[in-house]
Amino acid sequence: MKKVYLDNNSTTPLLPEVRDAMLPYLAEYFGNPSCLHEWGDAPREAIETARNQVASLIGAGPEEIIFTSSGTESNNFAVKGLAMAQQKKGKHIVVSAIEHFSVLNSAKTLEKMGFSYTTVPVDKVGLVDPEKVRKAIREDTTVVSIMHANGEVGTLQPIKEIAAITKGKGIVFHTDAVATAGTIPVNVKELGVDALSLAGNMFYGPKGVGALWLKRGTRIMPLLDGGVQEGGRRAGTENVPGIVGLGKAAELGKAQMTVRNEQMVKLRDRLIRELPARIDHVIVTGHAQNRLPGHASFCVEFVEGESMLMLLSSKGIAVTSGSACTSRSLLASHVLLAMGLPHEIAQGSLLFGLGINNTADDVDYVLEVLPPIVERLRQMSPLYSKFMKQGKGG
Amino acid sequence: MPIYSQKVMEHFMNPRNVGEIENADGIGEEGNPVCGDMMTFYIKVKNGRLEDVKYKTFGCGAAIAVSSMVSEMAKGKTLKEALKITPKLVADELEGLPKNKFHCSNLGAQALQKAIEDYQKKQAGGKV
Repeated sequence: MKKVYLDNNSTTPLLPEVRDAMLPYLAEYFGNPSCLHEWGDAPREAIETARNQVASLIGAGPEEIIFTSSGTESNNFAVKGLAMAQQKKGKHIVVSAIEHFSVLNSAKTLEKMGFSYTTVPVDKVGLVDPEKVRKAIREDTTVVSIMHANGEVGTLQPIKEIAAITKGKGIVFHTDAVATAGTIPVNVKELGVDALSLAGNMFYGPKGVGALWLKRGTRIMPLLDGGVQEGGRRAGTENVPGIVGLGKAAELGKAQMTVRNEQMVKLRDRLIRELPARIDHVIVTGHAQNRLPGHASFCVEFVEGESMLMLLSSKGIAVTSGSACTSRSLLASHVLLAMGLPHEIAQGSLLFGLGINNTADDVDYVLEVLPPIVERLRQMSPLYSKFMKQGKGG
Repeated sequence: MPIYSQKVMEHFMNPRNVGEIENADGIGEEGNPVCGDMMTFYIKVKNGRLEDVKYKTFGCGAAIAVSSMVSEMAKGKTLKEALKITPKLVADELEGLPKNKFHCSNLGAQALQKAIEDYQKKQAGGKV
């Protein structure tokens, strides 16, 4: 059976070049980079090479990169660590309603510790209005965390405009760039942010490794206490193979970005154009153009996401959904609800994450396979029969 | 390991008895789209037995498999027997359901029960 992986928003495959770069650090170069003998030398050098590669990807200085275990850790570290380091100045932070749970739940944890936070809403395409961020900022605001792009709806946020607002107010502006770094051009100076999270498995690197970029001179409280790895800001023996893989993926991402995206944007636009043309009552979620290059997301009315996902899977196609049934928490996507979509429509969420391995054939296959799946599920949907009866009855 | 048993997958891929019954003797609805799953059961009763059982379901794989299994279990049974079908029995027949789906998706038995109650109410109303 044809196999089509369209879930690159969940994770990307590891590039063979990246895996090859990692392998020696799972074999002969097993040493601890903190050790002063010969065994520590190669791993230590490899980490510094990776630091340069990651820094170069985002236009930063290598000493500003802190390696972590994931995008989630980077976000936790940024939100909690930056807020704690500045708590004498103030105890208020600002986040958007569609942040990843690693940001939202960090804000909630801070609240339990005596901090407070304000959630900035988004409009119906998932955009944060910078003016609303301005209004949310108070005298005691120390941290603003707004993501660069949302992985569920793909919308790119006006980070530069928000940075212009936080600038000069003694606020640290963090952006979760897990969905964008390594995928689209990300330059910390151009964005004007103070901290930025990224993760290796989102751009053909390994899982279990991420980084937090922190502008020189920005104070942060470590989440992990221990040794003096990562300049004393993130203790624990380094994940050397992972870090090496992240570095290699960053290097390749930077070099190949334009070529990769040219193809992906074409495929994305074809999906966004053709799916609603071939299936009635399909809503494109997120911004039509201002979105991630490989990202096409929809809500299919009158059917539920998980059943679509499973029927697609039976045809060899991997996608994801923000429906309640798909999530382990059994709650519909907070992102879609924040965009004002009613529950029953959010339940029909379907998300395609195109990657560098996808071809026009893959998109054609989806366009061929999905309409009968939707038709089949609608034929058994009580919501659809109600709609048809009401529609026909006037 | 896949999240669903082979039996769940089999019923999800080939659901039995899907549809509506025109002039059904009883109709029962359970669930709502907010929680993600919604089922409507239709029954036809003859001589105290469920001559036909059909349903429409909006929901996940588990919800569809549950509806299909309930319709199979109930068909041909007396009303009294059919009322003994519990969510636990349905889950057992399906060789288990994921823990987090047991409550939200396992609504078939309740929807069927409501359809039977609807029928009984109509019968009682008819006699008065």
